[in-house]
Amino acid sequence: MSAWKSGQQNVTEDVTSEEYESWISNYCTLFGHDYFVEVSQDFIEDDFNLTGLSSGISHYREALDLILDFEPEPPISTADLPLIEHSAEELYGLIHARFILTKEGLNAMAVKYENGHFGSCSRVNCDSMLLLPIGRYDQAGVETVRLFCPCCCDIYFPSSSRYLNIDGAYFGTTFPGLFINTFKEVERQAAARHQKESFQLKIFGFKLSELSKSGPRMKWLRQFPTTPEEIEEYNKCEYSVATPQDVGKLKGSKEKRAEEKDKDKKDVVDEDVKSTDSKVKADDDDVTMKSPDGSIMSVK
Amino acid sequence: MSGGEEFTDESDFSEYWIDWFLGTKGNEYFCDVDYEYITDRFNLTGLNNEVYNIQLAIDLITDNCKLSDIEDERGNDNEDEGEEDDDDEQEKRNQEYRDEMEYSARILYGLIHARYIITTRGLQKMYEKYKNGDFGYCPRVYCQLQPLLPVSMNDQLGHSPVKLYCANCEDLYNPKSTRHSYLDGAFFGTSFPAMFFQTFPQLVPVHNTEVCCPKIYGFELHEYSKLNRWRELQKRKLITKLKANGIPVDNCNGGYASKKKESY
Ligand SMILES: [Zn+2]
Ligand SMILES: [Zn+2]
Repeated sequence: MSAWKSGQQNVTEDVTSEEYESWISNYCTLFGHDYFVEVSQDFIEDDFNLTGLSSGISHYREALDLILDFEPEPPISTADLPLIEHSAEELYGLIHARFILTKEGLNAMAVKYENGHFGSCSRVNCDSMLLLPIGRYDQAGVETVRLFCPCCCDIYFPSSSRYLNIDGAYFGTTFPGLFINTFKEVERQAAARHQKESFQLKIFGFKLSELSKSGPRMKWLRQFPTTPEEIEEYNKCEYSVATPQDVGKLKGSKEKRAEEKDKDKKDVVDEDVKSTDSKVKADDDDVTMKSPDGSIMSVK
Repeated sequence: MSGGEEFTDESDFSEYWIDWFLGTKGNEYFCDVDYEYITDRFNLTGLNNEVYNIQLAIDLITDNCKLSDIEDERGNDNEDEGEEDDDDEQEKRNQEYRDEMEYSARILYGLIHARYIITTRGLQKMYEKYKNGDFGYCPRVYCQLQPLLPVSMNDQLGHSPVKLYCANCEDLYNPKSTRHSYLDGAFFGTSFPAMFFQTFPQLVPVHNTEVCCPKIYGFELHEYSKLNRWRELQKRKLITKLKANGIPVDNCNGGYASKKKESY
């Protein structure tokens, strides 16, 4: 129990004698709280990490004392206790969302991830890829926690109802992105699963036509560029969705690939991310495609 | 009704086999196959190769005979053995035979079920179950609780456990509960969901096309957003093709919902 070292001096003798559990470790072991890691005392005690949190939370000071196992200066009246408990839970959640973005927090979450504490993707082609918790909103009280699959890059409902009252903001929008960006092995595990052929409806072995209402209309959702033409198209999508004209040009393949360097500020261009996704990575010099007269030509 | 044990026996007797089967935990995906369908031998063509002692299995399913009445009449290999053990031995063999026949009846029901659910009556019954959410809902957030349908990757017995098909993302999922994850897919077959949506085209969803992209402090990870843009291009190409064939795609069944601002 490392998390209560500085709380110790404030705790009265008779409480310590029994198997005393800190507020944090108790909170993390409650039913349905198994997605949480224990935020270190040092992190919480650094005011810098709590910037901006005090304004949104009622009884902020008391809630913080409760989390850190400090005896509150005027003792909390029993009438206020439920309210302060509630504030403490929200405060802990929001601190947690910040903590799991630190090196220490990411490592703690990685241990839970590897032990499958967040469950695995139920999509058949994801082959039990392990999931990561995510909040679609960073503000508390908007939506409960969801799960992100690094393989299909999609978000799912937790399979158990026990997580139905866990706020998504306690994990936040950034966590899974930062996690996969930090632990490259996760992306490699995901890429290894991308080879699987996507499912398609059949009647007595025959695939339904695209033109049929019940035919495949969502193939693109799970598709990866594989043919030289697709990889070429994919490279055209660097900063915006390629227009049909671009695609037309591709098919003609008369022109050399245009150098499009109009920077889009919206994207984080991360060289590391680029180099790891082997499946999707296109080697510009090696793309061959058919010219209109049928001969194979190399596109520079 | 003298003793508790006899009472339990009696209530077993009064229950129809199919009701018992459908009420068993783990069999929630099955619908009630019509008696007439099971008794029409034409519908059972070829199943005798898959099911041990098919006639007795049919009799069990259709309540023409009770499991507890079944005795092993296949003869005794150990006829030289002492007489004193005979009754016990016979009872032991009977029990083994009953277990075997119970298994056989379950397999038979499952295989008939796979054929039945692609008939007009069967599709109607599965429609009720679909509406009722008996197969669960797609766990994918952007599928907005689209009901699922059971499907198999293989029509042969023992080749593939049942999977669940979502008509919004057109993808396959494993059942949420482990009691369904070992159900044989052959009891539902490979053709069922396609038949279902061909029969009920009004149930084909208006596809929600929202997608997810991992972000760091609000900024999308480049490789992922680039892939999403390429997929968007594939979608646009398909829409162009569909429109060229005079197929409506805007906010209609089988088409695409007009895009909401994606939140994540
Ligand atoms: Zn997945
Ligand atoms: Zn779905």
